[in-house]
This record gives sequence, C-alpha cells and structure tokens, in this order.
Amino acid sequence: MELAPRAPLKAPVTAPDRDPAWLARVFWLGASLVLLWPLMVATEFRPWILVEPANLKVTGQFLATFLPPAHSPEFLAMVARESWRTVAIATAGMTLALVIALPLTLLSTRALSVSALSGRMARGPFWLRQAVRGLLIVLRSVPELVWALVFVRVVGLGPTSGVLAIALTYGGMLGKVYGEILESGDVHATQTLLRNGSSRLQAFFFGLLPQNAAELTSYTVYRWECAIRSSVVLGFVGAGGLGQEMDNSMKMFHGGEVFTMLAVFVALVALADRVSAGLRKSLG
Amino acid sequence: MDRSPAANPPYRLPPPLFNARCRACWFSAALALLVVASFWSLNLQWAQFLSLDAARSMGRFGAEFFPPDTSPEFLRKVAVGTWETLAMSALGTVLAAAGGLLLALPASRLHADDSAPGRGATRLLLNALRAIPELVWAGLLLIAAGLGPFSGTLALALHTTGVLGRLFAEALENAPPGPAAALRAQGVRKTAVFLYATLPQVLPQLLSYTLYRWENNIRAAAVLGVVGAGGLGQLLSFHMGLFHMGKTATVLGAMLLLVAAVDALSYGARRWMTR
Amino acid sequence: MKLELDGVAARHPAARPDAAPALQPLRLQVAEGEHVAVIGPSGAGKTTLLMVLACAMPPAAGTLQVGGQNPWVMPRRALQRLRGRLFLAPQTPPLPPRQRVVTAVLAGRLPSIGLWASLRSLFYPSDIPAAHAALEAFDLADKLFERVDRLSGGERQRVGLARALLAPAALWLVDEPLSALDPTRSRQAMQTLVQQAQARGVTLVATLHQVDMALAHFPRIVALRDGRLAFDLPAAEVTRDQLERLYAQHEHELLGAPAPADHAAPAAPAPAPVVMHCR
Repeated sequence: MELAPRAPLKAPVTAPDRDPAWLARVFWLGASLVLLWPLMVATEFRPWILVEPANLKVTGQFLATFLPPAHSPEFLAMVARESWRTVAIATAGMTLALVIALPLTLLSTRALSVSALSGRMARGPFWLRQAVRGLLIVLRSVPELVWALVFVRVVGLGPTSGVLAIALTYGGMLGKVYGEILESGDVHATQTLLRNGSSRLQAFFFGLLPQNAAELTSYTVYRWECAIRSSVVLGFVGAGGLGQEMDNSMKMFHGGEVFTMLAVFVALVALADRVSAGLRKSLG
Repeated sequence: MDRSPAANPPYRLPPPLFNARCRACWFSAALALLVVASFWSLNLQWAQFLSLDAARSMGRFGAEFFPPDTSPEFLRKVAVGTWETLAMSALGTVLAAAGGLLLALPASRLHADDSAPGRGATRLLLNALRAIPELVWAGLLLIAAGLGPFSGTLALALHTTGVLGRLFAEALENAPPGPAAALRAQGVRKTAVFLYATLPQVLPQLLSYTLYRWENNIRAAAVLGVVGAGGLGQLLSFHMGLFHMGKTATVLGAMLLLVAAVDALSYGARRWMTR
Repeated sequence: MKLELDGVAARHPAARPDAAPALQPLRLQVAEGEHVAVIGPSGAGKTTLLMVLACAMPPAAGTLQVGGQNPWVMPRRALQRLRGRLFLAPQTPPLPPRQRVVTAVLAGRLPSIGLWASLRSLFYPSDIPAAHAALEAFDLADKLFERVDRLSGGERQRVGLARALLAPAALWLVDEPLSALDPTRSRQAMQTLVQQAQARGVTLVATLHQVDMALAHFPRIVALRDGRLAFDLPAAEVTRDQLERLYAQHEHELLGAPAPADHAAPAAPAPAPVVMHCR
C-alpha cells in the first residue's frame, strides 16, 4: 500500500538546522566521562583482577567450601543462640535509643514552645532548640561502626559496645524523625493546652502524644528492624552476635558456615520485616 | 421497691489494665517481655560502664582525642583517604545505578499485557543483593579482589544494585501509562517504547533515588575500610589499633566533614533537578 | 486503508472481563481514504470503537478486518507491522512531560526507523525540518525545542495531532482532537487535519463531541448511542431531529458543553510511597 505524496505545506518558515541543546549535552557527557577516570584510578578499579588465575583459584576454592552448608546440631544451636543475641542487642539498643531520643525530642520540638505561642520564638529557647538539633545531627552522622570501635576500646569486646553504639546512633535518628512527626501533625490541641497554662510535659502527654502515637510507634518498629541489620554489621568489630561469628568463619575460610549464617541472617531480616510490616499495618 | 433511676448513677469502674481479649495488651506484654529478656540475656556490663572508675577512664580516654593531629604529612594522608572514600562511594553508586536499571527492566511489569518472564527470579536476586549488608559483601569480596578500595567499591555496588533495582522497578511500574500505550498502539518495538515514553517520565525520580542513596553510601564507604577496604575506615582502624588517639580524632573529623559535604551536595543536586 | 467490522462487540478497555460490552454487535465499513466522524453522547462507546479499530484490544465478538486482513489471526510480527501503518491519537496527549516537543513529535516516526536510528535520534533529533514542518502546520513551530510540560493544554493537544503528520500511517484514528482547543484553534486544527489526510489519501476516523465541526468537515457521520449504531449517513442528510434523538437526555452535550474528560481512562496510579531501607 503506497502513501500519496505529501501535499506542499503553507509558505515555509525557515526551520532551525541545529539542536540548541546539543552543545550542552556534549559538554555534560564529556564532563562526566572526564570525572569518571580519576574515580576509577582512586578506587584502584581493575575488574580484570577478579579473573586473574591466582585470584580465581582462591575464589573457586572458597566458593567450593560453601556447599554443603554447615548443618551440624551444635553449629545450628550456636547460630540460634547468636541470632537471639543479635536480636537482643538490637532490642536493648533501641530501648536505650528511646531513652535518649525522647527527652531530646521534647527539648527540640517547636510545638512545645511557650514563647512561640504569642508570635516569634524567643532568642534563648530558639538557640537551645537549635543546639539540641545539632546534637542530634552529630549523633546521627557518626556511623555506628565508629561508635562501636570506640566503645570496644573502652568497655572491651562484647555486646555492650554494640548496644551503646546502636543507642547513640539510633537515638539521633529517632530524635530527628520524632521531631519531624510531631511538628507535621496538628498542633492545635497542644497549643490550646499550653495557652491554658498546662506544663509542657502535660501538653505532650495529653496533646502531642495521643495524636501522633501511631506514627511514632510505626517508625520505631521500622527502625527496630534496621537495628537488627546494624547489629549484625557491628558484630564484625567485636560486638558479638551473628556478625562476629560470620567474621570468624570468613577469616577461617569456612564457607559452609558462612553460607548457613548468611541464610539465617536473610531469613531473620525477612521475618523481622514481616513482623514490622504486620505491626505497622495493625497500628493503622 | 422504688425502681426509678437513682439521682446519682453509680460510677463505672475504669477498664482493667490487662484484658485477655485485647490484642494491644498482648502486644504490649510481648514487647515488655522481649525488652526484659534482651537486657537479661545479654549480661551487659553496667557496673563496668556506669561506675566512677569507668567514668574516669572514659574521661581520660576522651581526653586523649585532643588535640587532634594536624601535622601536614598526616593531613595529606587523611586527604588521600578522604578522596579514596569519596571515589568509592561515587563510583559504587554509579555502577549500582547502571546495574539497578538493567535489572529493573526484567523485574517490572511495564503494562497490563506484559508477560514479564523472569520477574520473580530477578526480584529474588535483587532481594538477595539487598539483604546482605555492604560490610558482609566487602568481607566476601576481599577474598576475590584483595585488600583495598576495589573490594569496597564492588561491595557498595552490589548491595546498592539490590536497593536501587527494587526502587527503580517500582518507579517503572508506577509510571503513567499513556505515552507508552500510544507508542505501543503504533507497533513500536519494546526498547524504543521504553526509551521514548517510559524512561523520560521516570528519569528524574531515578536520579533522585540515586543521589539519596549516595548519602547512605558515603557513610558506608567511610566504614568499609575497617575490614580492609581502603579509605578513611582503614586509616581509622589502623590508628585506633595503635592507640594513636590524636590521629583517630583527625580521621573522625574528616569523616564527619565528608558526610556533611556529600549530604549537602546530594540535597542541592536534588533541588536543582526539580526546579 | 479500508476497515470492515462485522458484528463486532467489544468491552471498554478498562472494564473487567465479565462486564457488559460497551459496544454492541456493530456492522461498519469504511473505504480507503474516506473521512468519517463518530458522534454520540458520552458513554456511547466511541473510544471503545477507536480502540478496536486500532487493534489495541481484540473484539469480544465478530470479525474485524483492517486493510483487508484480520489482525487477530495474524502472527505477532505481522500484527506489529500492521500497527505501524496506523496512528492512534488518544484524547489525553500521550507526551512525556519533560520531553522536548521535537523528540515527542519525531516519535511518531518510530515504526519506520530502526533501533539504532531511534537511539541516535534521542541524542540528536534526526529530522528537525520535518518536525518543524509538522508543527508549523498546527501553528506551533516556535515551540520546537520547548519542553512538553511548559506548553498549555491546547498546545499539547496540537502536538499530539502533529505527530500524525510524521507517522508512516495510512489510517488515522483520532479521539476528541478538539477537546482542549478554543473555537478558532479548533477550526484551524480540524482544517489542517482534514487537508493533510486528503493530501495523503489517509483514511481518517475521528470521534468528536462538537457536532457542528463534524458536520462541517466530514462527509460521513456515524452516530453511536449506548454502544449501538444509531445512524450512518452522509453529513448532508443528517437532520436536527435525528441529532436531538441521539442526544436525548444528554442535551447539554449537543448544545456545546465541553466534552467530559474521558472518565473511564484509568487515572495514573499515585506513585506508591516507597520505603527507603534503613536510611
């Protein structure tokens, strides 16, 4: 089937012959390629190392030890014990994080500001709130692994350093998000209580908390699940639990044990994810 | 007997604190049990931590951090470590964005009649990549790729591919279907439909996810060095092992600055993109 | 491209499989190069008819023949080739918001260019003069390098129509081409569309809400009501009486109320809030 020839259009306005965005595109493409090169140099990015014969042999030997996965009863019992310990570290860490976060949230939230009831917040309270926020930022920014390293030096190996590291970092995270949740909710009830003379704590318990309890709990449960993953990572620097056993097995090239522990870890995280999602759904 | 209602009806008692029929009660009870069991089974060294002795030794320990070592040669080493960490996080994130996009295509059902073979398998792969933390990947890759930032980059790339792949697949599935449907009605091949209709719509969101993930990856890259993957983490664990607290303080300061800088860059880039 | 429908019934594209058909068994024949306007009150099945003609969904009953072939018994590759020879312009312009107009218009050509050429065209538009000429026909030439989301609704609709001028199609199926245009622009766009279709010998089937436009520009009017064919007459023979009966209980549409947005088109699902894991 042939198309009829195109009819001549109206008196033609001259079409532009160049794409005006072309130069900009070429520039950005070139700039990104130019930037990529030093990145690859700095990270010693040499993918061919992976397939060098010597490395391949070591990798192959290690991978070969993965199967069969270790499944002796004592090993499985140890894995179960360490998994419980991981969950315990996460739970204890989260509890302490709550203890840290709640007072800091109360100190930093604008909704409980008495001076802001009648116009702008006064200078003193404003800077106090900013300082508390700064503290929360510092707590959040230091990776928990670094805290764990420091605490291992102070209190020795074991779960205490893990619990403290999680407590500090997650305290910062919880404090920040709690503050955001409290401020984004409806503050009318709370402000009315403050206006009528109740204290800040009263206003919190009778106004802010009931309103936002579901969201706060939901986020805390979600963070608890993240804490379980963190506590496995912290085990690599001596905080005990599944991570520490995994580190030991990896150093000794016992692939079967690593495989079992990885599988248990993935299952544990999936279970925690399920529990957390279920809890969050029933909270509404 | 006079059955008229009493002038003052009796007060109702408040509901009991724990009612066997109330699910929330059981939940709170289970939670309390979990918390108590955690603290009890861990056998934490409270005495060691909270005693006056411990406070004093912690104070001494804290004092060793100051003054931080700011000698020029050490600062140069820290600068090199910072650059290495930054490069690890950036390259790892870029590789993960590419890998994530490639894997997101089979992992998403782009339209109602898309048979999407391999969706289940790809999603499983992405979940597996995501579930294993970066540090564990780094530990495994050290065996294959040796010490140094290469394994760190690969570890970040693998884990982040799982994360971004899943996010990208969901973004692709939620893209408005109109433009793609019109091109499909014209019989355009699948790849061209994706490039001309689906990708232009989701690209800003994909870039936003990638930049947001970079903020996380800079923190992860900073600590991967602790297992030997180079960068600031390796410097940190080296000097902490030798109890050079002044140098450790400098490295910690550099880490904080780097994290803050990347956070600001990422936020600024995301703002610029949605102008 | 000639069209033949014989007892074709079809469900609405977004309806459930067990829903009642939006289009009752219909018999229709369109000759090559003919221009047909499809009118009727909302919910009459006009969009469903267009979808069936565009081979976008198989009819629930009856046979469809497009260009002398039944698209639903052809092998897939042949069906794709057939689709390349038709062009469907939906009511909502199918343009990605952040794409530039030049790329959006050139996308009309995709069925006839290879993969490598389409990739190249993404980086540098392969035929700027052709895109310019197509936009010029709809008085939009100055918007050539603009982003689609910076255009008004009416301009976007005209860009969607301009795509047709670049498509290698012998059949144009246009759904409500004038819904976002003011009367002057409507007249211009309609004239351009009809003139271009005439010049290329393209079969044109357009659904229209503006009955006066349909009567003015199309030689043949097909009227649908409740999924059934109400009448199929040359425009000159359509009487006021017939129109009033067609639009009974929908008089406001006959009197020129703006066409209701295609309520059955599935609204873009709100992007589900994605949980960023652990940060």
